[in-house]
Amino acid sequence: MTANALPILSLREIRKSYGPIEVLHGVDLDVHAGEVVALLGENGAGKSTVSNIISGTVSASAGMMTWQGKPYAPANPREAIDAGVGMIHQELLLLPHLTIAENIFVGRYPRKGGRIDRRTMQEEAARGLRRLGLDVSPNRLVQGLSTANQQLIEIAKALTLNAKLLILDEPTAALGGEETRKLFEQIARLREQGVGIIYISHRLEEIRQITDRIVVMRDGEKVQEFESADIPVRTIVEAMVGRSLERMFPALPTPSDETVLEVKGLGSGLGHFADVNFKVRKGEIFGIAGLVGAGRTELVRAIAGADPISGGQVLLNGQDITPRSPRDAIRNGIVLVPEDRKQQGLVTQHSIAENIGYANLSKVGRGGIVTSGRIRQFADRNIQRFGVKGRGHQNASELSGGNQQKVVIAKWLARDPKVVVLDEPTRGIDVGARSSIYEIIVGLAEKGVAVIVVSSDLEEVLGVSNRIMVMAAGRQTGILDHSEANDVSVIELATA
Amino acid sequence: MAVTSTRTSERARLPDLFTLSGATGPLIGLILLCVFLSFATDSFLTTRNLLNVLDQITVLGIMAVGMTFVILIGGIDLAVGSVLALAMMVMGYLANVAGYPLELAIVLALGVAAATGVVSGLLVTIFSVPAFIATLAMMSIARGLANMITDGQQIVGFPAWFSMLAFIRHGGFITATVAVMLVVFLAGWFFLRYTAAGRSLYAIGGNPEVARLAGINVNFLTVGVYVMSGLLAGLGGVVLAMRLDSVQPTAGFTYELDTIAAVVIGGTSLSGGQGGIAGTIVGVLIIGVLRNGLNLLGVSPFTQAVVIGVVIALAVAAEAFKKR
Repeated sequence: MTANALPILSLREIRKSYGPIEVLHGVDLDVHAGEVVALLGENGAGKSTVSNIISGTVSASAGMMTWQGKPYAPANPREAIDAGVGMIHQELLLLPHLTIAENIFVGRYPRKGGRIDRRTMQEEAARGLRRLGLDVSPNRLVQGLSTANQQLIEIAKALTLNAKLLILDEPTAALGGEETRKLFEQIARLREQGVGIIYISHRLEEIRQITDRIVVMRDGEKVQEFESADIPVRTIVEAMVGRSLERMFPALPTPSDETVLEVKGLGSGLGHFADVNFKVRKGEIFGIAGLVGAGRTELVRAIAGADPISGGQVLLNGQDITPRSPRDAIRNGIVLVPEDRKQQGLVTQHSIAENIGYANLSKVGRGGIVTSGRIRQFADRNIQRFGVKGRGHQNASELSGGNQQKVVIAKWLARDPKVVVLDEPTRGIDVGARSSIYEIIVGLAEKGVAVIVVSSDLEEVLGVSNRIMVMAAGRQTGILDHSEANDVSVIELATA
Repeated sequence: MAVTSTRTSERARLPDLFTLSGATGPLIGLILLCVFLSFATDSFLTTRNLLNVLDQITVLGIMAVGMTFVILIGGIDLAVGSVLALAMMVMGYLANVAGYPLELAIVLALGVAAATGVVSGLLVTIFSVPAFIATLAMMSIARGLANMITDGQQIVGFPAWFSMLAFIRHGGFITATVAVMLVVFLAGWFFLRYTAAGRSLYAIGGNPEVARLAGINVNFLTVGVYVMSGLLAGLGGVVLAMRLDSVQPTAGFTYELDTIAAVVIGGTSLSGGQGGIAGTIVGVLIIGVLRNGLNLLGVSPFTQAVVIGVVIALAVAAEAFKKR
């Protein structure tokens, strides 16, 4: 729309080195006013470095940036913010016990006569919120707001600083379908107001929806630029991973007729879902789809014993084993790969070997004695099975998301589980690494495990499941066979 | 191929044995301190004095093992000083007033001390009271109970064999009380390094939710850890009674702080999940050697308090700095 105007931000030959190692090899990038540019690439491609340079967190080693026609080289985030560049980080940095207005103005409270001018603060905050069409009082505490609204508050914060360029880093990583749609409306609104936006995400479908141009990076270089977002996902992915993709999903496994897991009239002890019934067969991948808040995560957590159950049964090979704790479920062979790797799946500051050991201490020990050597050997065997790129003694925090996920899966497999539940198995994982996770999932089913996959990524759940159960507002609204499941049939049930 | 891999795992295992990660700095500090005191005083580097140091650290050492467990799971136990006093008074009352045999009185006193741990542990797990508050409450309750038993009076007059346990040096070296401390050290070290429950404490301290989802019985182990801390505080009380040959309800005042200091100096992280007994032993020795050395140098108790405070701050700051 503004293709002929001068860009508000342009990068020319930007390089960045840490010591002798160059991580950015001369990147060019233009952003115009009122334009949404997607910045894509696998982890380590250099997206973060580029956005950190633009937002003043690190400075470039060489190259030239211009901002609104003038040379631009922010020495710190403060200078970037003052110039009008706002960065919204993936991890939200709001203070939950302060109000929205206080959060927006934290560190720069408007003052009058030495006191904080609450009135001005509230008015300005309210104006920022209105601009985003957000109907909440600026005096509300941030605590209890939805993730999407918190995201919007971060954006409102940037807007009260007169940001002309916003960098959004994975803004939808924690959002559901409806929340994402709302965020997109606001992004569209900002675009009309002439704000330039750099949009970083792993979700390719949504990028096609809202961005005007796509810039793909790989290994510290810009490898391709698409002038329109109307590009097949596969083409984008191939540019990102630098090779052509035979197929995204491996062939589905063939389940046997034998039922392994049966859930009968299951109700949540916390009121998140009620009366759920389904069966999963040996060697079957059973997908669970639905919008955020539909109760999917809560359902699988209950099946794995992590959340209380108010009624109903979980049967394993016909026997009632309704679990009361994760320990209980694990003993019976039901294991959970939780939604949040860093908070629920791994002790990130401990080593890979220790993390694998924690789920298997009784197995690793001989005569009740556990040694570090045995834990490490045990872990190494399991790490190799999954091709984790890392060594046993490395801290889990040093691994990429995909490798972390493999470690979480690996820690369970030594127990020969009968049911493996994976909640959002590829959230925050590189596109390239996802296919190896899918292969592991299918491999589990082929070995006769009953697999349950919960995913907000529709393409994923359609791609890996033999059958898909759809949930809406805590109810089960239908179970679709692979042959009858598609975007339309699933979304119909999810909004039923 | 096979040869190289065994070799690397052997090499990796050696330092593992003592998990000094986080305590190498303090260990160097301890050595420097000993070297300095050896030159600065005539009497520090004598067998007699070093054995004295061991005798002086027994109570602290025993309690610090329990505190290491507690801090490893990300908790804190402020009650240990008071529980020590309570155990002493229960023992003294049962033996000298109620007329029970002293051996039985000791067992019952340890039972009471362990029971305080059950209460703290249940408060922390079932009632979700922060450990700081739960054990602060227990600190007050136990101190009050200790005073109530004799209305604040001390009890004296134990059989001779009792205090001799703290004074007779078997083979010219080791008193029974020091032997008890060494056994506690060894058992604590073995428990943390080589048992499933011990390893699980690291998981709980690292992230309790991850531990729970991994099938670790977090609540049971948490209660167990507070019970152990209470029990070892009680054992510390019994040992202190041997050393003093008397029991009084004011005993162990602020010992909880010394104990926490020893554990933290030894590199166990207050946020949980990192540390171990080897570090704690170093921490206990630093405090013990420092006190002993300052006495030998004729430094006043007031100045000693300042020096020890500075050492705590430096030790922890140095570790934090190294991590950066």
